[in-house]
Amino acid sequence: MKLLLVLPILIPLTTAAFCLLFWRHRAIQRLLGTLGSTAHLVAALLLLWFVRQDGIFAIQVGNWPAPFGITLVADLFSAIMTVLAALMGLTVVVYSLASMDSGRESSGYYAFFHFLLMGVSGVFLTGDLFNLYVWFEVMLMSSFVLLALGGERHQLEGAIKYVTLNLISSALFLTALGILYGMLGTLNMADLSRQISDGMHAGVISTLSMLFLVAFGIKSALFPLFFWLPASYHTPPVAVSAIFAGLLTKVGVYTLIRVFSLLFAQDIAYTHTIILVIAGLTMVTGVLGAMAQNEFRRILSFHIISQVGYMVLGLGLFTPLALAGSIFYIMHHIIVKTNLFLVSGVARRLQGSYQLNQLGGLYQAAPALTIIFMISAFSLAGIPPLSGFWAKLILVKASLDITAYLIAATALGVGLLTLFSMAKIWAAAFWGDPPQTTAAGVGQVHLPLKASEKIALYLPMVVLGLLTLTIGFMSAPFFELATHAADQLLDPAAYIHAVLGRVK
Amino acid sequence: MEILAAIVVGGLFGCGIYLLMSRSPVRLIIGLVLLSNAINLLIFTAAGLIRGKVPLIPPDSLRAVEVTADPLPQALILTAIVISFGVLAFALVLFSRTFKTTSATTLDEMKATDT
Repeated sequence: MKLLLVLPILIPLTTAAFCLLFWRHRAIQRLLGTLGSTAHLVAALLLLWFVRQDGIFAIQVGNWPAPFGITLVADLFSAIMTVLAALMGLTVVVYSLASMDSGRESSGYYAFFHFLLMGVSGVFLTGDLFNLYVWFEVMLMSSFVLLALGGERHQLEGAIKYVTLNLISSALFLTALGILYGMLGTLNMADLSRQISDGMHAGVISTLSMLFLVAFGIKSALFPLFFWLPASYHTPPVAVSAIFAGLLTKVGVYTLIRVFSLLFAQDIAYTHTIILVIAGLTMVTGVLGAMAQNEFRRILSFHIISQVGYMVLGLGLFTPLALAGSIFYIMHHIIVKTNLFLVSGVARRLQGSYQLNQLGGLYQAAPALTIIFMISAFSLAGIPPLSGFWAKLILVKASLDITAYLIAATALGVGLLTLFSMAKIWAAAFWGDPPQTTAAGVGQVHLPLKASEKIALYLPMVVLGLLTLTIGFMSAPFFELATHAADQLLDPAAYIHAVLGRVK
Repeated sequence: MEILAAIVVGGLFGCGIYLLMSRSPVRLIIGLVLLSNAINLLIFTAAGLIRGKVPLIPPDSLRAVEVTADPLPQALILTAIVISFGVLAFALVLFSRTFKTTSATTLDEMKATDT
């Protein structure tokens, strides 16, 4: 059973290694990519199942006892995130089969995709701060390559901003953990949590926590550190955009929640108030930025920022209900946002553009696509009874419970503005008149989709759409899962016990 | 010794950040190099500089008898050096490829994807 903890990391690694071995055989790589992602999802689901049954469990890599070796830990939150990562990996790989061009496929797309999944799973499962940094770098390195793969001009320009800002973020993270090690002499998160809760060096620890906030804030695109995101996410092929949009910023949010619940929870009045204010500003600036855009993927990119604000909002409130709301929001958001990007890819495939003024009439041309978009977009905006409604409801309820009226009002207002942007896409791309193909520069011939392509493109979207509906109509089990995960986060004792065993 | 190291770390951080803020891609890269070196030195210094005390445990004892140098920061730095080497190599190739594609000499000319 303990082996399960390693599998979500080993399976993508093996898949990627085999993809590299079959460098010249595109068909084999496509098959391997799909099989590997399926196995990854199965392993992640099993992991979630066992964690749900038996509680938190940990293994010490190489059998070095806890604070000295590297620890892998899975609590409910990390297991949920691993499942989501694996699910997005599988759906996007299937989608890539029909949407990725052969040039990128033969330049190692599937290998780097699985290295990315390995890095993401590693971040979720590690229990050691330095190991977390290493997994971050694995993830970043593969994302750099995926972003720049193909070498088109706008891709390279986007990649420069993405690479530079992420390097600065990693540098800050490394600085912070270096100082933390100098002070406390350990990097094991459970051990750190134990030592920090003793209340020594409270002032310096709070200062350090701000360094962590900036480092992870860049990665999760918080206000005012988000500018790299809308400058780069719309540049690569849509499958890459989709996996980035679904997973990467949420990895930042995951680390924020992990670090600010396990380690830096000793001065909540100071640190978590700052987080709350930042969350509010992130929501507002993201949604306002989206209103000014007229390109499908740029609008969606700005919405990632505003949605990250909601997830961090729950962390800022730091009540059991609010944290459960954050986790629920992450589950809902990853599924919906990935799906919206996939929809934008099919829209472009059908009409040759991401620009809203060159799209139109998709309602008539692709009714199924329209329904999928409608489910996801309205869920993103929080229309009942879709998943986004429950996610927002929990967070608003949590803020009203502790009389944080301003932040509750902000959350509701931002939801309304989200609806406005979604309605804009709806009106222009789906409802509006079909584009004039005689317009200058848009003279491409758009081949109708082949049946096999149609399956590969629509199957992932349908699955994700159904999941959104499931979370919406049967939200109770998902909410219960989120509540359990939040309870575990708020009570680090069980985590510490699982890692360090008998100590105290 | 710590004070000297701290001043060097501060100086490297200052130079690195100053270079990061300039328009030239080459200076940006050099800034990143300085920054990553500054951090390696910082980890080294923060964990305590102890000279001439090898972290060896005598054969008849279970733990070290006196305060010894901590080997772990050096392992951390070694890992960080390898990672930053790989990442910086990638960044260099990316910048040179971007220069060949866009022939832009300053970062101000790369605004096409900004919003």
